Amino acid sequence: MQDHHHYDSDLLVILRHGPHGSSWLKEGLDAALVAAAFGRRVSLLFMGEGVAALMPCQKKGPLGQKGTAETLEMLEMYDIDSLLVEEQGLSCLGLSSDDLMLEVTSLSPPALARVFAEHRLVLTF
Amino acid sequence: MRYAILLMGTPYSDQASHSALRFAHALVARGHCLEAVFFYHDGVHNAARLAAPPQDEPHLVDAWAGLANEHRVALQVCIAAALRRGLLDEREAARHGKDGVSVQAPFELTGLGQLVDLGMRCDRLVTFGP
Repeated sequence: MQDHHHYDSDLLVILRHGPHGSSWLKEGLDAALVAAAFGRRVSLLFMGEGVAALMPCQKKGPLGQKGTAETLEMLEMYDIDSLLVEEQGLSCLGLSSDDLMLEVTSLSPPALARVFAEHRLVLTF
Repeated sequence: MRYAILLMGTPYSDQASHSALRFAHALVARGHCLEAVFFYHDGVHNAARLAAPPQDEPHLVDAWAGLANEHRVALQVCIAAALRRGLLDEREAARHGKDGVSVQAPFELTGLGQLVDLGMRCDRLVTFGP
């Protein structure tokens, strides 16, 4: 039923990397926050390994990198409330949306295609 | 059409920078306007003033500078991504007490807001990454 939602945001930011091992997730989130701070409406789409970002407690690790959970908790403050998750990304990791730290909309492959088509500007990290 | 490029690949380690540069030249050759190249993530290394590749390999940093000077393309480097990777212009070097400068004109350190602005303003924003 969520499949018929219309996404009227200016910008879709796709996050495809997990919270540890590279700076992709952090730098992707930074881009989303900056866009929101500049008054743009942002949708965030967690794809593939990127859905792991939504697992609770992604805190600072032994490498000294900042955790991403704190940033995700700030999304609401930035008015980023369109949080989308690739259904297959979740199932590949054996997760369901109940396991995640934030309320998300889970997208089937056809719904995913529509989200891409409905955004003029897409940034992929 | 008005284009912008987002480059997130580091030079020489992967193809992204080479492809982005070729795409940039193709755009200009076809008569399109390339407003800016925005360097983010590991792409900021494309602005490394001290890069000294062997003479029989393409000099990517000089090639970007040449593109900027010939076709008035802005070369915008994300300041946050650059500073943590050791890429500082004169002003930032002074601010952080460093005695070397690794970024110079026509590259300019700027904020991520510029990337968002480019994406909104241009007809196309094309991303190159590893």
